[in-house]
Amino acid sequence: MTETPALSVRNLRVEFPTRRGTLAAVDDVSFDIAPGEVLGIVGESGAGKSLTGTAIIGLLEPPGRVAGGEIRLNGQRIDNLSREAMRPIRGKRIGMVFQDPLTSLNPLYRVGEQIIETIRTHLPMTEREARARAIELLIEVGIQGAERRIDSYPHEFSGGMRQRVVLALALCAEPELIIADEPTTALDVSIQAQIIQLLKRLCRERGTAVMLITHDMGVIAETANRVAVMYAGRIAEIGPVREVIQSAHHPYTRGLMGAIPSIEGTGDRLTQIPGSMPRLTAIPKGCAFNPRCPHAFDRCRVERPDLMPVDHSLAACWLVAPVSAEPPR
Amino acid sequence: MSAPPFVEVKNLSRVFDVSKPWLNRVIEREEQKFLHAVTDVSFSIGKRETVALVGESGSGKSTVAKMVVGLLPPTEGSVTIDGVDMWSLADAEKRQALRRRIQMIFQDPYASLNPRWRVGSIIADPIRAFGLATDRAEIEHQVGELLRLVGLDPADAAKYPHEFSGGQRQRICIARALSSKPEFLVADEPTSALDVSVQAQILNLMRELQDRLGLTYLFISHNLAVVRHMAARIGVMYLGRVVEISPTQELFSAPRHPYARMLLDAVPDLAMTGRPRKMVEGEIPNPISPPPGCAFNPRCPAVLDRCRREVPELATTTSAAHAVACHAVAEGRI
Repeated sequence: MTETPALSVRNLRVEFPTRRGTLAAVDDVSFDIAPGEVLGIVGESGAGKSLTGTAIIGLLEPPGRVAGGEIRLNGQRIDNLSREAMRPIRGKRIGMVFQDPLTSLNPLYRVGEQIIETIRTHLPMTEREARARAIELLIEVGIQGAERRIDSYPHEFSGGMRQRVVLALALCAEPELIIADEPTTALDVSIQAQIIQLLKRLCRERGTAVMLITHDMGVIAETANRVAVMYAGRIAEIGPVREVIQSAHHPYTRGLMGAIPSIEGTGDRLTQIPGSMPRLTAIPKGCAFNPRCPHAFDRCRVERPDLMPVDHSLAACWLVAPVSAEPPR
Repeated sequence: MSAPPFVEVKNLSRVFDVSKPWLNRVIEREEQKFLHAVTDVSFSIGKRETVALVGESGSGKSTVAKMVVGLLPPTEGSVTIDGVDMWSLADAEKRQALRRRIQMIFQDPYASLNPRWRVGSIIADPIRAFGLATDRAEIEHQVGELLRLVGLDPADAAKYPHEFSGGQRQRICIARALSSKPEFLVADEPTSALDVSVQAQILNLMRELQDRLGLTYLFISHNLAVVRHMAARIGVMYLGRVVEISPTQELFSAPRHPYARMLLDAVPDLAMTGRPRKMVEGEIPNPISPPPGCAFNPRCPAVLDRCRREVPELATTTSAAHAVACHAVAEGRI
């Protein structure tokens, strides 16, 4: 592809200095998202998926900090910008959707005021123009009677409707990238499906790139074009959704897929991955997954695998390493 | 079947008073408000069977669970477990004996373990409370066995809950629930707070324990796939009522109620089979002022006038075990 990716992350490393030494919560993470593409970031709690998102928008809570790597938004480097320089980018060029719509809206302001304020902060519009635009957006995200509802407070909306408002808010300045962190986790299944469809449609129409962070493979299967599976702060596997879901290369991804009860399967015993994700203070030597991996061999315990190409994906696993890559012994 | 089922829930209802305080009502001239959390729910569970209740938020599934274990008195209806009425005064003595045989597992393993107690004391508490063992060494031995049973180490008894991960804590909760040697476990969203790989461990553990100890489960969840994996029969709840109850296979292969169909369609297509699905529409109404007639009527594609007036009764369909509360199904329209 010659096209500049909307978002390009190279060797991102996020560190937390602690009394017991420095912990790398995100380590050597690289990926690109093309305009209009949805990249899913999936992983279990503690995998570093949300921190990756927070690092990109520059909202890491100290003492957490970006310790290495590059983040580029349409070619422009944004990881080394000052707080002041970052502020107009956040909201204008990167929109955000978080898990709990109630905490992303200010309960004391009408939703209209919040959308209009955001529009006017980022775009040169008068109050009236901005209001018209806000109503348009609310209609577009499927809020019935938007002319009336624009003057309601967040508590007057149901959970699903609130998340629609948050989507409108994220889209109001026509961002190049949307970072959606567990956008449907707090919602019921029937509402979740609606929000997923909406997010997908809006971003396709506008060519907005989406980084969709979730623990739910189902949401990824429905929405994403490509998916990155994270484990203990690193990408274990990244590739086209269908390939990762149906014929995963990394044992962790395979275990994860087998662990999900499905509505089609046989109803037999679920595959289970023994143990749990290691704590950051005790990441195993070699491949971080090796103590839980059914296929681990000597090399996995000493040497950490980098992402290696296999089919249309990249997987960080010695099992997929071409034979020629075997180091001379 | 001539023997009565192990657990029988009959016409269970629960109403909560959600009015403002009296003075406010007088000043603001407001009427009292009632929330019908559960209305006329009936089902039964056979011994060693797993029955699941599935529904979205506000469907009343957790309220049913609380009434079944005896944590919340029903407004109307009865819960009978092994012939003993959980809520009648006459059975008070028998009920005391029954308490030991019923236990509950909750959703949040972080909130349901006392952080100041050692795991050993947490698990030993029911043993002591029911006087199942008094000898200290015997109690310790039993706690060790229970920990081993749920896949932990007997030495973990000396640790505190914060030293464990979420999945391990849920194992501790299960060990505690099992310590009084119960026959009937009510699990309210036992894996919703856990990661999928850990969820699989807990679900497998619960099934193993059921086989090994002959347990009966009432399993509450919002997750259809989890419920399908665990239960033999499933009741689908919507706004406080059971709208469809059916053997698991039948519910998934041929759901009848429009809400059950919609729920199934909303489950993400993980296998990417491209099965045809209909877009879900509308939202769950406010349970304080539910729509008249069938509560699902504003979202239902097969709605007719009758649905807006009359509440449909749960009626059996083609097979006796499969009941649906829908006018359209009863009239043979869908």
